[in-house]
Amino acid sequence: MIGNDRLAVRKTYKLYLNGAFPRSESGRTYEVTDAKGHFRGNVAWASRKDARDAVVAARGAFAKWSGATAYNRGQVLYRVAEVMEGRHVQFCDEVAHAEGLSTSKARAAVDAAIDRWVWYAGWTDKLAAVLGGSNPVAGPYFDFSTPEPSGVVAVLAPQQSSLLGLVSVLAPVLATGNTAVVVTSRERPIPAVTLAEVLATSDVPGGVVNLLTGNAEELGPWLAEHADVDGIDLTGAPAGRAMEFEREAAGTIKRVVRPPATEPDWTADPGLTRMTPFLETKTVWHPMGV
Amino acid sequence: MTHVLDPDALPGATPTVHAPLPPYDDVTRSDAAFRSFLHGLPGVDQVGAEARAAQLGTRSIKTTSKAWAIDTAISMVDLTTLEGADTPGKVRSLAAKAKQPDPSDPTTPRVAAVCVYGDLAGVAKDALEGTGIHVAAVATAFPSGRASRAVKIADVRDAVENGADEIDMVIDRGAFLTGRYLDVYEEIVAVKEACSRTDGGAPAHLKVILETGELKTLDNVRRASWIAMLAGGDFIKTSTGKVTPAATLPVGLVMLEAVRDFRIATGRQIGFKPAGGIKTTKDAVKHLVMINETVGADWLDPDWFRFGASSLLNDLLQQRQKLRTGHYSGPDHVTVD
Repeated sequence: MIGNDRLAVRKTYKLYLNGAFPRSESGRTYEVTDAKGHFRGNVAWASRKDARDAVVAARGAFAKWSGATAYNRGQVLYRVAEVMEGRHVQFCDEVAHAEGLSTSKARAAVDAAIDRWVWYAGWTDKLAAVLGGSNPVAGPYFDFSTPEPSGVVAVLAPQQSSLLGLVSVLAPVLATGNTAVVVTSRERPIPAVTLAEVLATSDVPGGVVNLLTGNAEELGPWLAEHADVDGIDLTGAPAGRAMEFEREAAGTIKRVVRPPATEPDWTADPGLTRMTPFLETKTVWHPMGV
Repeated sequence: MTHVLDPDALPGATPTVHAPLPPYDDVTRSDAAFRSFLHGLPGVDQVGAEARAAQLGTRSIKTTSKAWAIDTAISMVDLTTLEGADTPGKVRSLAAKAKQPDPSDPTTPRVAAVCVYGDLAGVAKDALEGTGIHVAAVATAFPSGRASRAVKIADVRDAVENGADEIDMVIDRGAFLTGRYLDVYEEIVAVKEACSRTDGGAPAHLKVILETGELKTLDNVRRASWIAMLAGGDFIKTSTGKVTPAATLPVGLVMLEAVRDFRIATGRQIGFKPAGGIKTTKDAVKHLVMINETVGADWLDPDWFRFGASSLLNDLLQQRQKLRTGHYSGPDHVTVD
């Protein structure tokens, strides 16, 4: 029998790195409050060395993830949506607290996030047909173009939309076969930690997604300059710093997604705009035979 | 020849062998004497060794100290390729890397040596002519050491004739674990003799691989270290790199203590080479710290300390690039092998 005098089991919110949930190597944490300023938890405050380790993990996971068949990748991503559905109530509660939404609006945001994930899961085996194809050539050979993932993509997740926004920037990176290092919203990181728990239990190989709770202002420059990062999404970059991060990213010719002036309406149909930036077109010639 | 421990055997029944340096010149006079000497060495406190090694691993080496440590470590690398698929082309590309580890930065120091199988020592020698970089060759039926002594000696002579400056031999672990210590000793002495050159040049340096992963206990590591030093090895080396665990810090600590004690007793300095499993700059720096705090700065020199490694060099170069440019480097910015 459990009475009201039961000891509280408080949760330690940690990073998601290479399939495990470590604390920050720096030992730092910061306080997260809900939209009304009430304490919600102490969250790991990722350092540049956590970001470095995350890039190593993402690089290590890239061969397997990008080498999986598009069909298999779609299945794994659909599985993520299934497990998210099972955590629906938890997500609603956390999104409502993080963003200060009413119960019905929070539920709508979580529904949209899961639907978005399913939508991207369906794209994995259709991209090659839509974005690639057979090129007309004036010679006795075939010529094909196929989209290939860029590699390790750093994502500065939106600061406002804690789950729908996060899913909207993360899922396209994964669907196209890239691996991701995500810096979550600084003020609203708890739904992202729960998403990490979903990813850890839904067949996504360790290292494919690495979630760092912390400050995009601090981690952004290290990821933008990192020579082993192939692309960076600056959506959640702090105001006024995006241009500087883009300049740093140019040093190693990264693919860059510029942030919109204000955070967009994430419920709108995203189209292909978030999948094409981290794809590279490979074109091959193939003899026709005799 | 096999020595079986027989308490009734007459002292003269065992053959006289090359005597070690004083004050240990009498310990190899018989199997029984050698055995009682080796088992009389102080026992190793395993928990203490592990705790001490872990403590040495917590030293914080930053900024200019780190830059010094990285350059020192690069200059101590024995750049190694020991694969069945090795080709002359691969050895030549390794030699090119040894000469200029980071083409984007000519201030990067050269490595100490290139380590290959004996049949490719000649290729490495030609490719490294005039650079001062040594050619090390593994021999004595590396990595298992399971061959007759005649075959092992022939293997060594072949490598020396091919131009190897250093020979990395493996001890007979089977004999060691059976307790035939004098056999192990005699074999090292015989290999040492085979390292001499017929043309009267300086003999090849002898590194003795203990393969600590197969010796099981730290007490055995200490005994094997003493056998190798008494028999005239110039270096003692942890592992072949083909067995795990390989060069762990506690094993290194025990071997370094043996090296330190041996110099205090005999005046002869022996080198130390950890090999296998050292993959990151952090591991390398921990070893440098351990050297400095166990045997002292006398050993912080490529003549007395080496890293047997292949992937370590790339990590050292990436860390060096990070210090130079201020941002993290990646494996695309160093060579593949």
